[in-house]
Amino acid sequence: MNAIIISALWGVVMMFSGVITTSKSAIRNLAVLGIIILLAANILDLGGNHFFPIDTHNMLDFETFGLLFNTIAFASSLLFFLLSAKDIENVGINYSEYFSLIFFVLCGVSIATSFNTLLMLFIGIEIISIPLYILTGSDKRNLKSNEASLKYLLMGAFSTGIMLLGIAFLYGASGTGTFFIDAIASDRSSASPLFIVGLLLLLVSMSFKVSAAPFHFWTPDVYDGAPSVFTSFMATIVKAAVFIAFIRLFGDAFGERLIRWQFFVALIIAATLLIGNITAVFQQSVKRMLAYSSIAQAGFMLFALLTLNSYAKDGIILYTAAYCLATIGIFAILIKMKDHSFEAYNGLAKHQPALAAVNTIFLLSLAGIPLTAGFFAKYYMLISALKTGQFLWLVILAVLCAAVSVYYYFRIIQAMYFKDGEPGEISASSSFKTVLIVIAVIIVLLGVFPQWLLDKLNILYL
Amino acid sequence: MPINYYIFLSVALFCIGVTGVLTRRNAIIIFMCIELMLNAVNLLLVAFSKMHHQAVGAAVPTAGIDGQIFVFFIMVVAAAEVSVGLAIIVMLYRNTHSVDVNFLNRLKH
Repeated sequence: MNAIIISALWGVVMMFSGVITTSKSAIRNLAVLGIIILLAANILDLGGNHFFPIDTHNMLDFETFGLLFNTIAFASSLLFFLLSAKDIENVGINYSEYFSLIFFVLCGVSIATSFNTLLMLFIGIEIISIPLYILTGSDKRNLKSNEASLKYLLMGAFSTGIMLLGIAFLYGASGTGTFFIDAIASDRSSASPLFIVGLLLLLVSMSFKVSAAPFHFWTPDVYDGAPSVFTSFMATIVKAAVFIAFIRLFGDAFGERLIRWQFFVALIIAATLLIGNITAVFQQSVKRMLAYSSIAQAGFMLFALLTLNSYAKDGIILYTAAYCLATIGIFAILIKMKDHSFEAYNGLAKHQPALAAVNTIFLLSLAGIPLTAGFFAKYYMLISALKTGQFLWLVILAVLCAAVSVYYYFRIIQAMYFKDGEPGEISASSSFKTVLIVIAVIIVLLGVFPQWLLDKLNILYL
Repeated sequence: MPINYYIFLSVALFCIGVTGVLTRRNAIIIFMCIELMLNAVNLLLVAFSKMHHQAVGAAVPTAGIDGQIFVFFIMVVAAAEVSVGLAIIVMLYRNTHSVDVNFLNRLKH
């Protein structure tokens, strides 16, 4: 609850800060202050300190899993602000409004991770989406940005329509006349065709939102066209949040039904992994490659949906943390480059050894090399699939796809270390480098002691 | 009237909306079709709400009210989406002097 109210309020504060002051550094500091307050309030919420005693009539359920993810989302947003807040200046003139919209997205994130009724799921997803349409199109003179935002809007609204039809069917199929997911799922009439079609539509629309194949086609265009700073935010925090909503929806209440559809989900995962990884190999632009890589990573995160056991829940938290941290770091460095081609990285190691080194760690983590967080994240996902005793073929496919992913991630490392070139002026301040090094250290620590961290979190908050 | 009639009508409207989204090339018409999809859902929710109300009987006056409340939320969200969407279409029109989505192929490599 703390996070929902504070993020919405702070969004309004940020909106008016643009009226009161024109100083960009003041606005930036206000945004960083806001996200720190948000993070602190959320951690206090985890510990049981609720600032706002509001009765939500059980429509929102603040359980540890969602709050734990919120902590990761807000911490990643803090790092994102510290790294990239200066680059938001280059997008357009409405500096304070961009931050305001980001805070509204974070409000939607905290609703989407704590919903207990289908109504709140819908509201949460929409509060995430609508500000994002604006952020995607914020580079108003750039035709690519316009195109991306229109595509995102049309696809987003279309998938929302599908989701709503699914919700309406579920409402009609249940005899209780409420939207509480537990009530709908435990209803005796849950074998009716209306119920099955409704749940299937819900599954399809959520697959749209997390860009799982074959509903992924909007992702590369949107991620490529949006201003890079906002792509970084969209591809990490937002995507992970929608994943958590997906898993909350199908994990807790409708899990029993989903077990019967496991083969169908397994096919979606296989398609997502194959399309994401193989198409990423052929990309000439690093930004577009990262868009396809986000599809590929979504394939691994979908494993949690397939298995729905305790490994999966631990694993998805670790996975979102590893993925968000590494991708935010890579994007922060990409924004500083002169263009988005692989050649732009040539010779980076000679001119900026620190940036090249941390970028290597991030890429290794995304590829899932041992001693980085990405390795254990993938390991947990695959172990959870192996525990079910089926799907050996899918695990083998996933490992092969991870091997393919090494190729395109290493193209950047190769360009940085083994090719000569002039990367151009890179305005990397020492504080920028410090934050990047902190992220790299967190990734390595998570890679060496993942269990230690998860245990720690469990002891603290369970 | 049996609930089936309402379901058929809503699904038919929804399918008209989907077809429009998939076949039309004018961004504003696509947008209208998406609105049609959402309004088909509204109709369905109201019909189900009435169904739940009748199932319980007059004893509980608020039975089935959740569906109608959901409809208001859909209307509000749809209005917000339209205001953002039309702004995006106007922005696109200023840059390309067209609202044809076939123009949108600059991102395809």
